[in-house]
Amino acid sequence: MQEIVKMVDILKVYPNGIVANQKVNFSIVEGEIHALVGENGAGKSTLMKILFGIEQPTEGKIILNGQEVKFANPQEAIKHGIGMVHQHFMLVPSLTVAENVVLGDEPKKAGGLLDIQKAIADTAEIAKRYHFDIDPKAKVEDCSVGTKQKIEILKALFHGAKVLILDEPTAVLTPQETSELFKELMLLKDKGHTIVFISHKLNEVKEITDRITIMRAGKDVGTYDTDKVSKEDISNLMVGREIVWDLDKSKADPKDVAVQVAQVTLVNEHKRKLLDDVNFSIRRGEILGVVGVEGNGQRELVDVLTGLQQASLGTITINGENIQRYSIRKIRDLGLSHIPEDRMTLGVAEYASIEENLMSIYFDKPEFLNGPFMKLKQINAWAKEKVVDYRVKTGSEKTPVKMLSGGNIQKVVVAREFSNNPKVIIADQPTRGIDVGAAQFIHKKLIELRDKGCAVLLVSADLTEVMDLSDSLLVFYNGKIVAYFEDASVLTETELGLYMLGLKAQSEAEIRRCVYA
Amino acid sequence: MLKQWLKKQSVDSKFETLRFSVAIIIALLVAFGLILLVSKEPFEALRHLFLGPISKFRKIGNVVETAIPLTFLGLSVSVMFSANQFNMGSSGALFMGGTVAAIVGLTLPLPTGIHPFVALMFAGVVGGLITSIPAIIKLKWNASELVSSLMLNFVALNLGLYLIMNHFRDPDAGTLASFKFPETALLPTLIKGTRIHFGIFIVILMVVLIWLFLAKTKWGYALRMTGMNMNFAKYSGISTAAVILYSQFIGGFLAGMGGAVEVLGMYDRFRWQMMPTYAFDGVIVAVLGKRNPIFVPVAAILLAYIRVGADTMSVNSDVSYEMISIIQGFIIIMIAANAFLKHYRQKMVVKEATSHD
Repeated sequence: MQEIVKMVDILKVYPNGIVANQKVNFSIVEGEIHALVGENGAGKSTLMKILFGIEQPTEGKIILNGQEVKFANPQEAIKHGIGMVHQHFMLVPSLTVAENVVLGDEPKKAGGLLDIQKAIADTAEIAKRYHFDIDPKAKVEDCSVGTKQKIEILKALFHGAKVLILDEPTAVLTPQETSELFKELMLLKDKGHTIVFISHKLNEVKEITDRITIMRAGKDVGTYDTDKVSKEDISNLMVGREIVWDLDKSKADPKDVAVQVAQVTLVNEHKRKLLDDVNFSIRRGEILGVVGVEGNGQRELVDVLTGLQQASLGTITINGENIQRYSIRKIRDLGLSHIPEDRMTLGVAEYASIEENLMSIYFDKPEFLNGPFMKLKQINAWAKEKVVDYRVKTGSEKTPVKMLSGGNIQKVVVAREFSNNPKVIIADQPTRGIDVGAAQFIHKKLIELRDKGCAVLLVSADLTEVMDLSDSLLVFYNGKIVAYFEDASVLTETELGLYMLGLKAQSEAEIRRCVYA
Repeated sequence: MLKQWLKKQSVDSKFETLRFSVAIIIALLVAFGLILLVSKEPFEALRHLFLGPISKFRKIGNVVETAIPLTFLGLSVSVMFSANQFNMGSSGALFMGGTVAAIVGLTLPLPTGIHPFVALMFAGVVGGLITSIPAIIKLKWNASELVSSLMLNFVALNLGLYLIMNHFRDPDAGTLASFKFPETALLPTLIKGTRIHFGIFIVILMVVLIWLFLAKTKWGYALRMTGMNMNFAKYSGISTAAVILYSQFIGGFLAGMGGAVEVLGMYDRFRWQMMPTYAFDGVIVAVLGKRNPIFVPVAAILLAYIRVGADTMSVNSDVSYEMISIIQGFIIIMIAANAFLKHYRQKMVVKEATSHD
């Protein structure tokens, strides 16, 4: 088979200083389905955005059919036969299917007007050729999610895509739609198209792809024939098993219930249940881990616990107080701390200084106020202390957070969230994308707080982390708890995987054990 | 020395200084080129442009007088922009502030000293209410404050004109103007030979107060954090709805007060027949001053200087006033263009990011 695309030593530094790709090498051969897997933030999307011309590499080359190419924008990539279907569809809802498909390369009548009849005929023709069951005259806003995706693929094919990049195409699909998509992808492959399939659903990757490239922390950690690696191997390579965790952790001594979650359901605007009748307790003195394949309700769980979203049904009580309709401020006043999943959007104001970021939940506490004026000297002394305590590597506490590395930014977030004697900590991906040293430091702090009687909920996509750190464990699948393990230390990853993928579930009674009085 | 100092600066502040200097230099070169093109005596014209404002004591006075309302407007916009609220209602608030000051001056019999104070407060509150309207609409129905405030300016302008022209117009004034204000209402002129008035103390006080407010108070902190990252502010428990409201009220208050100071300090009657030409310059001043209350008066003086210089040039040479608007526009575009020199910045960032590992 002939190599169709080769990306050599791709380095990408974003304007904010984040290094998303570090000398990545990536190659695909004609007619294969090639999986690109890795955790969030591993650099998969950046790499594909570079291939599609949305981003330009800082260094490195793209070689297409043996020729070096440079894409200044997606239009140029499309001209060279590369197509991309984004996770979030880029369609015009008020236009018809045919109008969307031809957009950007419209058949024209004399005078430059759109030849709508030809657009419809072209769309129908191409849909027929690839066995897509689509009505070219339907309005996109009336189409289902699965159909919208087909339209995206048709659009790429219409523009002449030989290489098709699919960014997490199954994330939004139902199982039936997924299997239909897979049939279509196989057909495309038979017709000679090459497909890059970005995903972190490993069973899908195993099912459909020929080869697989794994990325971790901005680097590629190897390309394998899919049938020669097991799911376990892949996930180990994704999270980096070789890291030695020397966690000095004593056995937990759980006390009374701090947070009670009862019959919590969250329905989104498409009437999908993101959380479906969730019941559990977080006890003082324990770390309760939450695992699940991304998009199975973990994020929403954190949102409703921290007040970012209101649950549609059910009650959450923290220290006996029902937090329904509580402002975030009021929930925080109950002693809740929150390490958010995405530190750059929620955790910090990047243009503000370290000090200003540290004080965001303390600036109006009586001890730091003199009337309406903040006691800036005291705050500064306190911030200096935190920078030292939490080993934030910086020249000054006045440095903008933007200038710090990911690990140090996370330390700023953690320093702030851990310094107010928290009673409940919601730690969402607390060490995602940061260096091992910083991660271990944060783990130690979490255990320290647990031993002081704090109730900790740990949500993480890093299985090693959850399994090492958690005392007990919940598994989420499809917005539901499907398993509860009172003692997380006896579990194996393989077993956990079965529950995470929905292949196995505990009985109602077994799950119920996670509710304590 | 310079090298050490440069080393200490972050990439961003280094880059900002560089960009600012290059922008000004390019703009001046363009100005120079344009004047060379259109003028028969370019050096004479340039002399008037750059030295005109300091050629006479009266001219220096003109710069200061012009800078006072510009500072009020600049502060107004700075407060709202710091909260990331793109409210353009400062000009409407300024106009209504002037109107209200005129009405208070004409209708309330109050003693000297108290009279302008009361007028300023009324004007400020009315200005604040005007800019609060887009804030409320945004909070309730998520309408862009940019659009609603721009539209509201017409309401403010014509409401002000209606009130003055239909209820306080002096038929004997010769032009469209209100009755003469009583002596008690006026802000006294301070320096003979100029029109520099008591308003300069008020504007200095406001610069200090707004600086204190933004840098030192809890409200100012909440406002700045909301402006830098509203999600972060919300997550931290800051009431961002309150910030959206009070930032825009304060912005309007400052503009309204500025209008009152202008009317009671510069005139003896209400003489505005349309929006003053500088009413939209608050954005320029705020952008030039980097939304920092301390830099705002500096930016206001710079802009006032250019305006007075342009005036002088257009009177004394063959270069028209319009030319200067073109040059100003150019400076603003250069400064506002975030991506200007971005390749150079990217190089600095890559160097910084790769040198750490």
